[in-house]
Amino acid sequence: MKRLIPLGIFGVLIVFLVIGLSLKPKEIPSPLIGKMAPTFSLPVLNQENQIFTPSEMLGKVWLLNVWASWCVSCRAEHPLLNELAKMKLVPILGLNYKDQDPAALKWLTELGNPYDLSIVDAKGLVGIDYGVYGVPETFVIDQTGKVAFKHIGPITPDSMQKTLLPLIAKLNQ
Amino acid sequence: MTLMRLRYKNFLMIYFSVCISSLCLGQPSQSPNKDQQVIKEAPFLASNPALEVKVKEIAEELRCLVCQNETIAGSHAELAIDLRNQIRTQLQSGGTKESILQYMVERYGDFVLYNPPFKAKTSLLWLGPLALLLLSLFVLRNYLRQQKNTNKTAVYGSADLAQARELLRQSKPVNHPSTPSMTKDN
Repeated sequence: MKRLIPLGIFGVLIVFLVIGLSLKPKEIPSPLIGKMAPTFSLPVLNQENQIFTPSEMLGKVWLLNVWASWCVSCRAEHPLLNELAKMKLVPILGLNYKDQDPAALKWLTELGNPYDLSIVDAKGLVGIDYGVYGVPETFVIDQTGKVAFKHIGPITPDSMQKTLLPLIAKLNQ
Repeated sequence: MTLMRLRYKNFLMIYFSVCISSLCLGQPSQSPNKDQQVIKEAPFLASNPALEVKVKEIAEELRCLVCQNETIAGSHAELAIDLRNQIRTQLQSGGTKESILQYMVERYGDFVLYNPPFKAKTSLLWLGPLALLLLSLFVLRNYLRQQKNTNKTAVYGSADLAQARELLRQSKPVNHPSTPSMTKDN
């Protein structure tokens, strides 16, 4: 029996190792999940004098995708967003984070515009309110205006199929 | 079997002493930059040095989320700069250290704090080292106790002792050629 103890300790270490390897320390759980999406009023990209506030979206499930033309990973996820936009499952709103309007517009003409509208967060203050730390980030916000999910980093085909689409379908029921 | 056991015990002793010493050595200081405060710093160029000291003090308790092992005070990441500005603005408009830390936690979670609060989720973090220490002390106590008992019990039986006495009696006085003679040579 006593001889099994080292084996037991070894087993425990292996369990810790496996858990440790599967953790993603870069993905910090958002404290906003289940809470009301922080409110703001910001201008809309390329729409003069139009101001957007999240309360306009009450009653709808929508995505808030934080992006910027300087963000390399945003380029990687952009085709997926274009595809999602074509499916017309949810409105996708962009939060153009700390970007320049001309550069942002150029990006949208070159790569396609999946957004119903893009909100201009030039100073990144709304980004702070949403706890954005690694662009791109995508928030799923439900009909009641609560944050249901936060995806950190670029959306991948895998996370789209396994996480985002099922969640959108569930919320839309 | 006894040998196996001893080896195993030695292994345990070494294992736990390594655990304990690594705990002592690896204890992270609350904010990594605290030691550097001893070094004389360049004067602040800002108009309000007292405010900057306060900003730095708060920023040193916050973790930069972009470069996760840097404080917001020490990081050059753009987000860290934004958050330092945020601290400054809030201090200027009458915010306290507590209110600012609360503001950061509401947005980024407990992860931003270098000094995380004691909660169910962080209990392992706070109590784990103590539990390891207690476990190690327990194992050490048992080990020492058992060793004491092995010393007490007679290792040699009366038959062994009799045999030893017999051997001593039979043995001739030994000549030591190297023994220096007591006589003087001159």
